[in-house]
Amino acid sequence: MAAETSLDPLSGLDNLELAPQPGRDFLRRGVSSKTLGSIWPKLLAIVLALGVWELVYLSGFKSAIIFPGPATVLANLWGQMQHALLWQAIGTTLQRAVVGFGLALIIGSVVGALVSRIKPLRAAVGSLITGLQTMPSIAWFPFAIIFFGLNTSAILFVIVLGAAPSIANGLIAGVDYTPPLLLRAGKTMGLRGLPLYRHLILPASLPTFVAGLKQGWAFAWRSLMAGELLVIIAGTSSIGVLLSTDQQQADMPSAMAIMIVILVLGIAVDALFGTIDRNIRRRRGLEESAAGS
Amino acid sequence: MSVTQRGVGPPQASGPPGPAPPPSSDVSRSSASTRGAGTTAVRLDEVCKVYGKGRSSLLALDKVSMAVEPGEFVCLIGASGCGKSTMLSLVAGLDTATSGEVSTGGKRVTLMFQEPALFPWLTSSRNVELALRARGVPKQERRARATELLQTVHLGGFGSKRPHELSGGMRQRVALARALAQDADVLLMDEPFGALDAMTRDLLHEELERICAERELTVLFVTHNVREAARLGDRVIVLSSRPGRVIEEIPVDIERPRRMDSPEIAELGAHMTDRLRQEMASHGR
Repeated sequence: MAAETSLDPLSGLDNLELAPQPGRDFLRRGVSSKTLGSIWPKLLAIVLALGVWELVYLSGFKSAIIFPGPATVLANLWGQMQHALLWQAIGTTLQRAVVGFGLALIIGSVVGALVSRIKPLRAAVGSLITGLQTMPSIAWFPFAIIFFGLNTSAILFVIVLGAAPSIANGLIAGVDYTPPLLLRAGKTMGLRGLPLYRHLILPASLPTFVAGLKQGWAFAWRSLMAGELLVIIAGTSSIGVLLSTDQQQADMPSAMAIMIVILVLGIAVDALFGTIDRNIRRRRGLEESAAGS
Repeated sequence: MSVTQRGVGPPQASGPPGPAPPPSSDVSRSSASTRGAGTTAVRLDEVCKVYGKGRSSLLALDKVSMAVEPGEFVCLIGASGCGKSTMLSLVAGLDTATSGEVSTGGKRVTLMFQEPALFPWLTSSRNVELALRARGVPKQERRARATELLQTVHLGGFGSKRPHELSGGMRQRVALARALAQDADVLLMDEPFGALDAMTRDLLHEELERICAERELTVLFVTHNVREAARLGDRVIVLSSRPGRVIEEIPVDIERPRRMDSPEIAELGAHMTDRLRQEMASHGR
């Protein structure tokens, strides 16, 4: 191209500025060592927790039946994992979690979208949503059990009430904190009304929305566990039912094994949201700030 | 006269898009007074802008009158608080004047900022495509048009990169491509190169000059850098501070291509600096 020669300095500058990429290369090469680096503190934490547990057990301030050591509990967990009952229970519980969280997602998003868009509605409902968020979900159970009876609907109802406010608030905060400069740029471009939301405000609020989902999940999982302990439905096995049965039979090793299952499931789903969050950050070039942690 | 030709090279040697500037003599832009009224691209008539109400109110612009002719490159210069950015917001229609009249004669106006203000979740090509979409360009045409526009700013191969993968100067060029995608007649620029290093800025001056000549754009360019104003402008308007008023209009009769470090530019820059220092001194004590 004839134009090529006259533009040499500019494209040359581009190449100079992009070619070395010291920071980026370093990040990319460091991925495998970074995952390793983030795993060993976690392993250490687990080992530490097990160690403290073992020490308390060995101190013998409670009898081994009331407070078993890690070896007994882990063996019990291994034993339960050989039986279909535990897996059925996990299946039932996760199914409720998915349905409940899904409902909360839909309701929370719709409420959040309406409240962030309609000013009088925000004045009326905005603080109510935060109020709902601070309300311990277990306080809803008497209402839910009387209203729905002892069934899955009661549990789902409380999950939705627990998770939806966080999800709605995440969306509202995301919309509120859309960078004003981007809004000006969008308006200059002629984005108005619905396209403005679709192409600018919603994508801009996505990271905050995902943070809301993460928090919503934590609330949903807690509400679900509380619900399964309180709302025992005859003939179904769930994690809550197993835990409650263990309590009635004063079977501490089994109860503690189930608690480990609950912990692991909660952490696994949280990690899933963490991955989504990191992916969004990487795509937007926000990873550096995350690497600081 | 070399005043008619603003590009760095001959027009036919530059990129494929955009018509070459007509060679006729009526594109002479060295002085606004040579053109007839009525064809003005941007006109401000006794424009006042007051922020806030009552005792805490602030007069940002005080009876500012000015006109920019089609195809003219006008630089606005002033110290802090001269209302430069306010003026651009008024012309862009993002804000309304308290009194007086702002008119762009139905011309399409677009605004570029000091920050590129690109959408970080979109690739550079998608950023440009979104501007095309906003003005109703059919879907099947957008990708090709965006590629063409990125080629205009010499970023043809970077369409799939996200803003954070580009350098500051490259981001600002994507922003320029996005502004061009809006197919505006008037380009408002709010210190667009203020955050860039001197080398990059010099090269972008040449780019901007070439593109504006090719597309016959009218430009209103805000800067706090006197030499940049002298380097780029057909005319420089000096504003007072708090409230903003037009205190001097300087036609720049320096032949193009110009260089930031040439003695003529330096001399003109020194004159503007003196003028601005007087203005600042009047706010002392």
